[in-house]
Amino acid sequence: MADASAARSGRAPEPADPAGQDRRGVLAGVLLGAGIAASVVDLAVFHLILHWHHFYDLSTTGVALFSDGLFHAFGWFVTVGSLFLLADVRRRGPAPWGRWTGGLLTGLGGFQLLDGVVLHKVLRIHQVRYDVDLLLYDVTWIGSAVLALTVGLAVLHRTRPAR
Amino acid sequence: MNPHHGGVGWAVLDAVAVLVLAAGAAGYAAALWWSRHRSPWPPGRTVLWFAGLGCAGAALLGPLARAAHGSFPAHMVVHLLLGMAAPLLLVLAAPVTLVLRALPVAGARALTRFLRTPPVRAVTHPVVAGTLDAGGLWVLYTTGLYAAMHASALVHAAVHAHVLLAGYLFTAAVAGADPDPHRASFRLRAAVLIGFLAVHSVLAKRLYGNPPPGVGTADAQLGAQVMYYGGDAVHVALLVVFFARWYAAGRPRAGAAVARASRVSPPSRRRPGPRARRRAPRAGPG
Repeated sequence: MADASAARSGRAPEPADPAGQDRRGVLAGVLLGAGIAASVVDLAVFHLILHWHHFYDLSTTGVALFSDGLFHAFGWFVTVGSLFLLADVRRRGPAPWGRWTGGLLTGLGGFQLLDGVVLHKVLRIHQVRYDVDLLLYDVTWIGSAVLALTVGLAVLHRTRPAR
Repeated sequence: MNPHHGGVGWAVLDAVAVLVLAAGAAGYAAALWWSRHRSPWPPGRTVLWFAGLGCAGAALLGPLARAAHGSFPAHMVVHLLLGMAAPLLLVLAAPVTLVLRALPVAGARALTRFLRTPPVRAVTHPVVAGTLDAGGLWVLYTTGLYAAMHASALVHAAVHAHVLLAGYLFTAAVAGADPDPHRASFRLRAAVLIGFLAVHSVLAKRLYGNPPPGVGTADAQLGAQVMYYGGDAVHVALLVVFFARWYAAGRPRAGAAVARASRVSPPSRRRPGPRARRRAPRAGPG
């Protein structure tokens, strides 16, 4: 795919630095996974489609509100930035798609795990859903996060560059 | 908060808005005319400039502007158009570059000198511009200023001028298209951008539960969501522009780049430093 794009732009790909390409490919995946989890999943799925998350909880404290805002800003920043980073990796040489996919799942699972454990349970900023028994929701949330994280790490392990 | 139809001050305000927008349109068109002998100006930039003026016009004049006197959600749409969408479009139109092309050499040098004076450098610094923009919003919605801007045409004009100018300065400082001899580092601009997005979303959520004096609960809740989700839409566009500049600045150059490629990896480092840019201040197309 990268060869095709280099041919289209009529530009010979630069002599690629394989370790750098690999590292940046994984980073683009991890950041996109974390960004999607922080911005798109939370906004589209839980706020707009399911209406489980409240726009604003009147009991929300100032600290919680500020950390929420920071997460929100960070989520959009890395979502957009990671796509440009992937484009940059692709124009410099063949994109490591396997490594990128592993990074994507790792970032997605890692962020959901952080969100589910630290923000929901430890800091109690907000919950998955309100007015219901939370155990099933928390188990599903944290379980799916651990699953994505495990699969992501396994993919990264299997596709690691030979040294 | 009545719609203030008929007041002399409000009529003057509308007239001033028309004059400012007309001056913006005429100024850009005149600069295009005076620079017609130079390399072609990208037509997209002209379209962006007039789209930006259109956004500002929709916010300042007409039915939306009238509705904003009595309705908080309508006020928020005005805020999004005037303070975020219009500045982004106007910045992308690179008006300073166009004026530099249109001016004779002596005039262009004088303008470049002016842009390097300490006060201009200060207000175009990302931290200062971001604080002016976000701080202005914070003061507007957490003090009596919101009520005052609907009682006095003068305060109204001052608030709108601040929202548009601070929005322009912030957008230009973070993702400007014009030459900036003292462009801040990628990291600093990224940090300011994230900080601004965070403050904007915190303020929107705060407004949901703590509206400014004189705004009803239902109006406040709808207005807060307009600010939050509408703000997200413009912020994503701003982030795309921000990263597109990073991407363009790191373009691998055939031949010349081969030697450098081995030692410089992040594209942001490959931009010319401030010293190199000072020697070539007119680094725009043309």
